[in-house]
Amino acid sequence: MEYVARFLIGGLAVSAFALLGDMLRPKTFAGLFGAAPSVALATLGIALWRHGADYAAVQGGAMIWGALALLAYSIAVCHLLMRRRWNALPATIAALVVWLCVAFGLHFIAGGSA
Amino acid sequence: MIVKVSPSALWDGRWYEYVVRFVLGGAVTALTGVISSLFGASVGGLFLALPAIFCASATLIASHEKRRKQEAGLRGRRRGQQAAGLDAAGAALGSIGMLAFALTFWLLVERGAIIAFVAALAAWIGISVAAWWGWRHLRAAERLSTPRRREFAARELT
Repeated sequence: MEYVARFLIGGLAVSAFALLGDMLRPKTFAGLFGAAPSVALATLGIALWRHGADYAAVQGGAMIWGALALLAYSIAVCHLLMRRRWNALPATIAALVVWLCVAFGLHFIAGGSA
Repeated sequence: MIVKVSPSALWDGRWYEYVVRFVLGGAVTALTGVISSLFGASVGGLFLALPAIFCASATLIASHEKRRKQEAGLRGRRRGQQAAGLDAAGAALGSIGMLAFALTFWLLVERGAIIAFVAALAAWIGISVAAWWGWRHLRAAERLSTPRRREFAARELT
């Protein structure tokens, strides 16, 4: 039941931010909403409710490394699209390797905490 | 350029594109819960910034721009790539805001849930908009001092 709630809340949060981004111009400003903390809002809210502040603090701390990885990922996607002239789908999927390497690299360097 | 709100842009999308984003968003949120259960809150926390939704959004933006150009009798492939690239540039700036969100939440969550969420959201939007504003001014100054760059076209796609 908890995972159904996660699915519904997460889907709604992501859709709300995505719709907002669709309506905004210029495109670089709309892109800010591509990095909206929609999944984080849903997940951290449930983490606080189910497990308490300590657990949510650990997740929030780890999210710092995830956000730095997202910065590296976005720059990589931008480079692949603008300079290498890749199509959007292969560029966004291939750059996930960058996200995984940076996120887990920072996580292990930091010893698993923020 | 001033930020504009264009609700009519919502009609560019097909109904199934909105369903795809809802399902992806829900799936990533549920997946984060599963990963946290299996590998701990620390590893699960990394996935709060997973760009899974971005794959769908960038592809949709590229296909919308391409379709628009094709309706005007052009190929539109390059236009689609540029539109998705500008979205990625915006996401890079937004990720600085997401970093501010995570830091603020991490620092304040022990003091209270509501204050942590409100302050983190304020940090996200404030830092994101400030980063975007600074980036635009930097680009404007660059354009004045150097010849027009072909790739990152001077005009925004509107």
